Amino acid sequence: MKKEVTVKVSNVGMRFNLTQERVDNLKEYIIKLLTRKLRFNDFWALRDVSFEIHKGERLGVLGLNGSGKSTLLKIVSGVLKPTKGNVVTRGKVAPLLELGAGFTPEYTGRENIYLYGAMLGYSKELLDEKFDEIVDFSELGEFIDVPIKNYSSGMKARLGFSVATIVEPDILILDEVLSVGDKRFKRKSERKVMNMFDKGVTVLFVSHSLDQVLRICDKAIILDGGHIVAKGNVEKVAKIYKNMTE
Amino acid sequence: MNAFKTSIANFRKYQFLLYELVKKNIKLKYRRSYLGILWTLLEPLLVMIVLSVVFGVFFGRDDKQWPVYILTGRLLFSFFSSGTKSALRSVSGNASMIKKVYVPKYMYVLANIISNFVTFLLSLIVLVVVAAVLDVRPTIYLLEAIVPLIIIFIITSGASLILATLNVFFRDIDYIWQVGSMLISYTCAIFYPVERLYKNGYGFVFDLNPIYMCIANFRNTVLYGKPLNMQYTLVSLGLGIFLMLIGILLFYKKQDKFILYL
Repeated sequence: MKKEVTVKVSNVGMRFNLTQERVDNLKEYIIKLLTRKLRFNDFWALRDVSFEIHKGERLGVLGLNGSGKSTLLKIVSGVLKPTKGNVVTRGKVAPLLELGAGFTPEYTGRENIYLYGAMLGYSKELLDEKFDEIVDFSELGEFIDVPIKNYSSGMKARLGFSVATIVEPDILILDEVLSVGDKRFKRKSERKVMNMFDKGVTVLFVSHSLDQVLRICDKAIILDGGHIVAKGNVEKVAKIYKNMTE
Repeated sequence: MNAFKTSIANFRKYQFLLYELVKKNIKLKYRRSYLGILWTLLEPLLVMIVLSVVFGVFFGRDDKQWPVYILTGRLLFSFFSSGTKSALRSVSGNASMIKKVYVPKYMYVLANIISNFVTFLLSLIVLVVVAAVLDVRPTIYLLEAIVPLIIIFIITSGASLILATLNVFFRDIDYIWQVGSMLISYTCAIFYPVERLYKNGYGFVFDLNPIYMCIANFRNTVLYGKPLNMQYTLVSLGLGIFLMLIGILLFYKKQDKFILYL
């Protein structure tokens, strides 16, 4: 029996305008418009990318720097809208990307839990209920009432991870996130993510590390210059990738 | 119709975020000041005293209720100006969040307007006290005061959506608007009476300015015990809805491009 499709990416293309110089003030814009120097260098970060992930599948995205991996993640998580094609996701998407980047520095840890939670679309009731669990997992203790600007980057990432994983998502988007905090927390967060895997979460995982992809994923694609050059079973794709990079 | 339904559902989903953002704006504004939220009351009171002395005593006005005239104008105008100014930066200022997590982007704009409206409503306490001290008698028309307040909220929201969108693409808007809102403040009759300008043929300034219309209507109901000026009500409401429509259209058309310019 075929499992249902939870992520469907169809013919996605993403175009960026690379102006030689960034024009973000009116004077330059008008001068360039009048002198017809307002040229846009089109750059396609993704071209005609299509794939499907079925429920419970874990797809690794491999590729060199600048191959379009991060752009793809941003499109699937809904932050970027593709120029062409579309993305359909079914269920709750939890993007674990650059954890703690959305925090407000002047706010304390406690206040940030609510604000960040609200940004992720959680309700107040849920956050009230899970508050202690979040604080426990982040191991922040009494630092929870200290403004975030005084946190170390590891503390921020720990809090970010704890808030983002409080609800079990249907689709998990990972960007080498398993390197959060110190060794002990790293193991703990890996365990939590593995636990979600066991429960059948769909995963989209981006990494340079072939080992990590082999360990986590069962399927993989390779992006090169915005195109998908290989897709399929993870062992088969890993071999192609190894040949590509060596 | 379906798009309308999904946007309502989306709004409900992020209602709690709106509340949290409003709370954040108010909390952070006064954090680390000793008097905290009391400044929403003190600031307009002090400004009123300064303006009353400068434009009342120095210019030899002996109207006892002159401070109320100034305070009504100043409170409404400062909601408009601080609302638009903070909303203007709300998209570009939240770049780090917008790049990371998807939320409806108009929430950032709306949160800034609402938080300014909340502090504005709080500062009305000053008006009540000053009006009572200076013996301004409330009349039945006071109930109509809500109309200009709703209209100025609509005008501010519309203008903010336009300004916030433009500011993503051209950071000059910030500076242009500082001068622009100063120009508007001088044409709002905050600290001078309008009669002389009408006599000298400059009355058209007020007949074009929806902010002044709201202030005049607010003064009618609060200070003079008169009903609303219907022409002002309709014109300012019409302009407000017009700005709002332009703002929504512009914001919706451009919002997917924001992230590329942040």
